[in-house]
Amino acid sequence: MSDAAERFDVVVVGAGPAGLAAAIGAINKGAKTLLIEREARLGGILKQCIHDGFGLIRFNKKMTGPEYAQHYIEQLKKTDVECALLTFVTSLKKAGDVFHLTLVSEDGLRYIEAKSIVLATGCRERTAKQISVHGTRPAGVFTAGSAQYYTNILGQMPTKRCVILGSGDIGLIMARRLTLEGAKVIGVYEAKPTPGGLMRNVAQCLNDFDIPLYTSKTVTRVYGDQRLTAVMTASVDENMIPISGTEEKIECDALILSVGLIPENELSDEIGIEIDKKTKGPVADQNYMTMTEGVYTCGNAYHVNDMVDYVSESGASAGANAADHAIGERCLVPVEAACDFLYCVPQKLDIMHMRGKTVLFFRSRDDRKKVTVSVKVNGDVIFSKKYVSLRPPEMERMEVDFSDICNDSKIELVMEGKHD
Amino acid sequence: MIKTKDMICIVCPTGCRMKVQYDDKNISVEGNTCKRGEQFAKNEITDPMRSLTTTVRTVFKGFPVLPVRTDKDIPKPLVLSAMKEISKITVSKKVVMGEYIIENILNTGANIIASCDIPCEERE
Repeated sequence: MSDAAERFDVVVVGAGPAGLAAAIGAINKGAKTLLIEREARLGGILKQCIHDGFGLIRFNKKMTGPEYAQHYIEQLKKTDVECALLTFVTSLKKAGDVFHLTLVSEDGLRYIEAKSIVLATGCRERTAKQISVHGTRPAGVFTAGSAQYYTNILGQMPTKRCVILGSGDIGLIMARRLTLEGAKVIGVYEAKPTPGGLMRNVAQCLNDFDIPLYTSKTVTRVYGDQRLTAVMTASVDENMIPISGTEEKIECDALILSVGLIPENELSDEIGIEIDKKTKGPVADQNYMTMTEGVYTCGNAYHVNDMVDYVSESGASAGANAADHAIGERCLVPVEAACDFLYCVPQKLDIMHMRGKTVLFFRSRDDRKKVTVSVKVNGDVIFSKKYVSLRPPEMERMEVDFSDICNDSKIELVMEGKHD
Repeated sequence: MIKTKDMICIVCPTGCRMKVQYDDKNISVEGNTCKRGEQFAKNEITDPMRSLTTTVRTVFKGFPVLPVRTDKDIPKPLVLSAMKEISKITVSKKVVMGEYIIENILNTGANIIASCDIPCEERE
């Protein structure tokens, strides 16, 4: 089988913003690069994110998702990256230092060997099953992303009158989008006491259109035989348990869920990548290499990002590093984040392969005001930054110089300041 | 009489919470962390503006709607009227990113432009 295999230096799986940047990053380093995409068009989820606000950091302008994607696609088309569209990876295995991939497309099977792999497979939405909404299973329960696909790609309205459960950014953006297209959005229900999306989206997507946001309320049940006819809402206590007596039945034809995203790493099962319980994505070092030698991660497959600009940044680095991939021992030192943090990435630092400053991202566990976040090495502060406010939906980025650390250094991320 | 309004800045993802105090002559802004926030808050009182992103029907097979946007902000009260104008249009020729779909929509001086190329040729 290996006689028939085509050989590449770097194979990038997924051609969304992370994969596009990774493929460009790899080919610019001279690597023979293959980019694999299951859909017919490049761009991933950006194709359906027709709203603006992309590129504020990387390009200092407000672009729509399709514009941002096209910018990278045009760059990619100038390179020799081979794109395999409408192609699935059905098997990914490692033998020695070589990866073996089996691809399936309309043309049949294709066998690939690669020196390194970049997993840029993005993330998935949580579904109704994962949040245990009771009742029948009628048509009309959509994730926000699928409602967005119907509206913005197929040009079909998924609802005339709906309830949105969860206040993630896609849910807020869909509240506005469906309203603009003539649907009635009765309200956005959020089980937590604070909105899950960015405040600017609460302002420009809900407040601008007088769409109510109900916090500490959830949907407990759906009704309907063929099509959804109503949902039951209820207030929840601080443990998110519905409070009896607060139920309210609301007639509608759809329930749209925006209840969180989970990094997609099913493909890595076969090569046994270590997954971080906090991020639900792979554990990786500062060069975006996972705990499986030669496998790199980036974008939302690594951890769910709030800005596409950061997705591209990690993709570009992961692609370039995958191209430079040299087989050699790593020496990994963990970065320990205190309990004030939801998570911090990278989870480990490879002190054998330090390439300049390390980009750290973290999310706060709770809403906090006026805090200082510090990086300590053996108890000494080597970097610190003050924040006026921190919210879990907002990812924070810092660049830290770790060039002086050694294999027995204790690296901690700590937060000091009052609780909100 | 001085009026007070709480608002969230939508200029960037930071989303500063601002307090705006204003009367007929003066507007003062608190809570912003940059100049753009102050300008946004002042505009919100006098003449709120918004960008509009939506889709337009096309005749192309496999590409039934084209994403479009305003090339500059339009007055907020005109957003729904602009949607009505855009819904009257069907794009029947291949366009590229940035091409005008509607010029000077509702006499705002803003144009509706394509957000990406139409990738296919075949018509429905």
